[in-house]
Amino acid sequence: MKIKKSIAVSETGFVFDPTTGESFSLNEIGIEYLNRLKEGVEKDEIKKEILEKYDVDEMTFESSFNDFINMLYAYQLLEKND
Amino acid sequence: MHTNYLKKMTKTKVTIAVTGLNNTDNPGPGIPVIRSLMESDLFEVRIIGLAYENLEPGIYMRDHVQKVYQMPYPSTGTDLLLQRLDYINSIENIDVLIPNFDAELYSFMKSATKLEEMGIKTFLPTLEQFEERHKAVLSEFGKKYGVSVPKSKTIFSVSEVYTLTRDFDYPVLVKGKYYDAYLAYNPEQVINHFNKITSKWGTPVIIQEFVKGTEVNVIALGDGNGNTIGAVPMRKQYITNKGKAWGGITIDDKKMLALTNSIIKQTKWRGGMELELIKTVDNDYLLIEINPRIPAWVYLAVGAGQNLPEALVKLALGMDVKPYTTYKTGTMFVRYSYDMICDLKAFEKISTTGEL
Repeated sequence: MKIKKSIAVSETGFVFDPTTGESFSLNEIGIEYLNRLKEGVEKDEIKKEILEKYDVDEMTFESSFNDFINMLYAYQLLEKND
Repeated sequence: MHTNYLKKMTKTKVTIAVTGLNNTDNPGPGIPVIRSLMESDLFEVRIIGLAYENLEPGIYMRDHVQKVYQMPYPSTGTDLLLQRLDYINSIENIDVLIPNFDAELYSFMKSATKLEEMGIKTFLPTLEQFEERHKAVLSEFGKKYGVSVPKSKTIFSVSEVYTLTRDFDYPVLVKGKYYDAYLAYNPEQVINHFNKITSKWGTPVIIQEFVKGTEVNVIALGDGNGNTIGAVPMRKQYITNKGKAWGGITIDDKKMLALTNSIIKQTKWRGGMELELIKTVDNDYLLIEINPRIPAWVYLAVGAGQNLPEALVKLALGMDVKPYTTYKTGTMFVRYSYDMICDLKAFEKISTTGEL
């Protein structure tokens, strides 16, 4: 899964897709997910980091992360072949 | 040793006549065109506003227009139009004329040679280009140039409305020849819109398949030899109930640019144009309209780095024009309305003498 290269993410979590002109706002955890995905970090590594950093169980992470990925799909923020 | 470190740039003085001063909630492109020209690095412009109605807001924007003349409606014919322009030209010595209304373009295109004889340059599409992109013949245009267009049908009377279900599913778009587009969910609504449109613009009325998707537009300028001088794609962010963009953003869409270049190359488009497209959820593009002129959101293109009205003036004057190859993605515009306090004397003068 690859985030579209052209996507710009600001420090405040403002996401701009220059190919469609769409913009989105991320919450804090969304910023972390997206930045790590943009860096090419795999899901398992992200999971490890989040479980270490926050008081959250694996099931809650899975549900939150999958929900986030589904939103990326829905808003066409992933590269086409993903 | 060279001591000529700095060379003062002198701008060429040009007098430009512009129509479409109706900066209303259905804005004409006149004022945005003037703003663009006022920012030209090459030209020092003197603007002559040409207005049809005495309450077109641009008439009263005296920092944008130096002089305004009332014009006869296009429906009165080209003779009256030329007579009026001859008179205006005898006072103002117009270099370039930029018409901005769809409904007047035909008269100006037909009069282009006579205008040239008066010393007034234009840079307009040819009559053939103008005719073949009409909404009523968009399907043929799509076939000829390999462009996807929504299914459409031209109707001339209310009696044809009940036969539409043979070809269309509701809702459908009901469109006027030049302006207006309404969504209709049943035959009664189509009839309603048909009557509203024909009372203003006459027949035919175009019935068009309603395609779900995002409204995206391209502003472009063709040099008449198949080259694109500039093109900027935009997504509407805020749409008024008249379907007009009240906010928009430039986008980096290669497919839209390729489509624009292909249309300009094949048609050898001459002048400004606006492509209205629907981008479907499958990322296909359907052409819903070609407006044969600069659109009202032209100033966004200037903000993104392409001063297309300036380039159009250069083309009209026969100057060499280097095509724009880039623009800034993510440039936004948000329109606003503004109440001007106007002098009654000014209203009186334009109403009684036709000049201001």
